[in-house]
Amino acid sequence: MELDKPLLELKQIVKRYHLDAGDVLALDHINLQIMPREMFAITGPSGSGKSTLMNILGCLDVADEGEYILDGEDVSELQGDELSVIRNRKIGFVFQSFNLLPRLSALENVEMPLLYAGIRNARGAATEALETVGLAERMHHEPAQLSGGQRQRVAIARAIVTNPAIILADEPTGNLDSRVGRDILNLFHDLNRQGRTIVMVTHDSNVAKHCAREARIRDGRVTDVLDHPPIGTQDVADIQPPLAAAG
Amino acid sequence: MLFWTTIKLALRSLMSNKLRSILTMLGMIIGVAAVIAMLALGNGAKASIMKWVSQMGKNTITVFPHNPRIAPVLNGAAEPLTIGDARALLSIPGVKYVSPVVTTSMPVKWSNYHTYCSIIGCASTYILIHDFRVQSGQMFNYFDVRDMASVAVIGPETATRLFGSQNPLGHTITIGTVRFKIIGVLVPKGRHGWFDPDNQVLLPYTTAMTKLMGRQISLNHIDLQVQHASDLSPVQEKIQTILRIRHSLLAGDTDDFWISNQLQVIKMADRIGGAFTIFLGSVAGISLLVGGIGIMNIMLVTVTERTREIGIRKAIGARQRDILRQFLIESVLVSLLGGFIGVGVGVIASHYVKFRNFTGIVEPHMIVLALSISAGIGIFFGYYPARRAARLNPIEALRYE
Repeated sequence: MELDKPLLELKQIVKRYHLDAGDVLALDHINLQIMPREMFAITGPSGSGKSTLMNILGCLDVADEGEYILDGEDVSELQGDELSVIRNRKIGFVFQSFNLLPRLSALENVEMPLLYAGIRNARGAATEALETVGLAERMHHEPAQLSGGQRQRVAIARAIVTNPAIILADEPTGNLDSRVGRDILNLFHDLNRQGRTIVMVTHDSNVAKHCAREARIRDGRVTDVLDHPPIGTQDVADIQPPLAAAG
Repeated sequence: MLFWTTIKLALRSLMSNKLRSILTMLGMIIGVAAVIAMLALGNGAKASIMKWVSQMGKNTITVFPHNPRIAPVLNGAAEPLTIGDARALLSIPGVKYVSPVVTTSMPVKWSNYHTYCSIIGCASTYILIHDFRVQSGQMFNYFDVRDMASVAVIGPETATRLFGSQNPLGHTITIGTVRFKIIGVLVPKGRHGWFDPDNQVLLPYTTAMTKLMGRQISLNHIDLQVQHASDLSPVQEKIQTILRIRHSLLAGDTDDFWISNQLQVIKMADRIGGAFTIFLGSVAGISLLVGGIGIMNIMLVTVTERTREIGIRKAIGARQRDILRQFLIESVLVSLLGGFIGVGVGVIASHYVKFRNFTGIVEPHMIVLALSISAGIGIFFGYYPARRAARLNPIEALRYE
């Protein structure tokens, strides 16, 4: 990984949706560069094209026009199983609703991406990933037996286990209460300090402040790219709304 | 490994929906059990026929007085088989025994008891040809036949019906209006379907033809036994030649008699038994088809229910073939599990269900066949739902609630 070159680069990305009422331009010539080891936020109100952008960044979808270079590879023309392979190797997803597989233990959930990568003995790496997120002693529990924060930690372990180029987190604290959300954000900070590139998609400006840079999306365009001052662990308490604190 | 994890996961998802899994499997269980039971029944029927055919003597040839394929009703028009014909066959090399046979059915009485059974008029060699043994007394001999003696040898079933536990030897029975002295009782052979060799009365054919059948001259058939199985064909040809000459048939005429040997009967029984088995198996196979449709139905429901799971898997890198394999494994597991239970049920059923005088016979290849068919059904009917799962769009699948 070359540190002075963008890890992720979007050039003139266009995405249209075909509706009965006519075409909708969801992404209107987006340009974006994210550097290695960055903690980057993409923010915007709902309907801004944020989710569409995240789908394209996550190689769940491809753009109609433009170029997407991910970790030195042009992925804009890939489709189907080729995208699956890229997702498996280069992207670690963390979702708002955790999206763990039911009926599988935490360990088995974390092993899953490695198994899809064709790695026969995934246990060691999965255990290590669970240790990193501080959940080693609960690795044989099923998602239903874990709290929301613990589930999100399992999801993060699953995201990092393949050593992906980026971790793509979609509202990772959205389903968590503020205290747990803060812990999860701290975990992201730790991972970032260990050298992982993190892209967070959120509508919560307090979450976005934790990222060094923030791109604001509105009507399918990048309106601003802001630099945030580094945020200390103490300041994380700022994101805690008063009501939740009282409860 | 992914394969084992997939199987483990498939088992867990079957377990988490026990009632549904059991109901789905039930279709397969019933289908496979029916196939096994029906094949076993067909097999049993075939074996029973074979046993009967082979019990009726080895290397036997039977000559009938007309060709049933050509003129089944024109018996009278054809030249009858006569004692002279039977005698002429004795000279053929390779022939061991020859017996003219006349048959009828008549009431048989002793004291206040009576029964209705087959009356066989034959030569003394009849029991040698057909492998009967005498358990008490003796078979009538050449002189009894020559002298038209009024003697009878009866089957063990006939003996029991008329005499109960008494010894029938020396007693006189009445057949029609004619009285016969019992001089022997046969060893039981066992009943086969409609034919009961144990409930019959053997008489010298001469006596039967003159005293019982009103001076009948035509025979019902001529039974022969040859020395070796290899003699069957040459002897059969020789019989044809001799009978054609004796019946004054011209070169273009069809035979007015019909010869069948035991090998042909066995072959025919085998063919009929095989067709019967296939027929029963196919009927049962339809229920397997229904079971397969049940699997497809439930797999479609499962795929819909687990759309989100499929989305997650695709997001973390599952390719189409990974998803396809996962759902195929699940449907094959259901059908194979159902197949295994079905084999068990089928084997037990064919063991306990008696049909007339035979039970089902299960052979290993039937079990292998049934299990392969169930696996095949799992793949065939699971493929469409699995392909549907594999082709889901990950974004839509992740959005699915």
